[in-house]
Amino acid sequence: MKVSIYRYNPETDREPSMKEYEVDTNGKDLMVLDILALVKEQDSSMSYRRSCREGVCGSDGMNINGKNGLACITPLSQVAPGVLEGKKPLILRPLPGLPVIRDLVVDMGMFYNQYEKVQPFLQNTSPAPAIERLQTPEDRAKLDGLYECILCACCSTSCPSFWWNPDKFLGPAALLQSYRFLADSRDTATEERLSKLDDPFSLFRCHGIMNCVSVCPKGLNPTRAIGHIRSMLLERGI
Amino acid sequence: MVTSVTSLGRNGLYDWLIQRVSAVIIGVYMIGMLGYLMLSGDLDYVSWKALMGSVCMQIANTLLVVSVAAHTWVGLWGVTTDYLTGMTLGKAATGVRLIAQVAIALALVVYLLWGLVLIWGGA
Repeated sequence: MKVSIYRYNPETDREPSMKEYEVDTNGKDLMVLDILALVKEQDSSMSYRRSCREGVCGSDGMNINGKNGLACITPLSQVAPGVLEGKKPLILRPLPGLPVIRDLVVDMGMFYNQYEKVQPFLQNTSPAPAIERLQTPEDRAKLDGLYECILCACCSTSCPSFWWNPDKFLGPAALLQSYRFLADSRDTATEERLSKLDDPFSLFRCHGIMNCVSVCPKGLNPTRAIGHIRSMLLERGI
Repeated sequence: MVTSVTSLGRNGLYDWLIQRVSAVIIGVYMIGMLGYLMLSGDLDYVSWKALMGSVCMQIANTLLVVSVAAHTWVGLWGVTTDYLTGMTLGKAATGVRLIAQVAIALALVVYLLWGLVLIWGGA
């Protein structure tokens, strides 16, 4: 099958280019990461990130035939019709909107900066109990669908609002984490958290196009979390 | 917090609310007007003038004109701050964005005043 991979080394290349490779899969429905390993055997200069190879670490987020996803848990049969059969090429590009360090490796700095802004840790001003802060099963259930984010950046880098204002709009991943702590019964910094979100950019640049939902490899729904934060801001503001 | 002096309310929640409320007003007006046009049969100048001259329609038209102006400003402010930025235009971005926003604001003020004159001017 044909594989077309984005190649760019800012130190030596004037501009990025797509390089074609021919890979023999023996008709197997391999994961995209396996294809990258086969390409790496042919061309050791081709760079990409990977670690756990089972959709937990979030290292190998990339743009696969136009849609962001994790290479390690995306089988060829799910990429696009005809890719597995070799009728169409597998096209791999880095996550859109982030600076390319080399080939498929992007600089995640802007993404992490926005994550840092939402203060993704529990804040509670009351004295710590002897053992732990308890939650009811109902309160704990409110965190389901929020805490599972692996910070692969597939969602934020598929969001046009994040492409245009990556320094001002927090992006779906950071906003999902923001709601994860707003929804936590043990967190007491709700007012401080909300007061940082009601400007025109940080949250309200979300226009609800739901690209984030369609690409999230963990099946999470940042748009719904953003809607919950919006409702909290509305209740607080009116 | 990221603030912006040219957004309508300098607050995301306020702008968001204005856009939703104005959209509902525009939607209700359009549905009402379409219903009237479909049910009124042969519409002549006299009955149209009587409809538009009634106080209810003058208030409805005023709400519509204000809603369209507010909705347009919030929407186009979003467009200018998405696309007319340093990322796309480099150093010229701030000047270009300011000129575009002033031009849009002036056009909307003219539209608003013209609309109010038409509605309440008795023409």
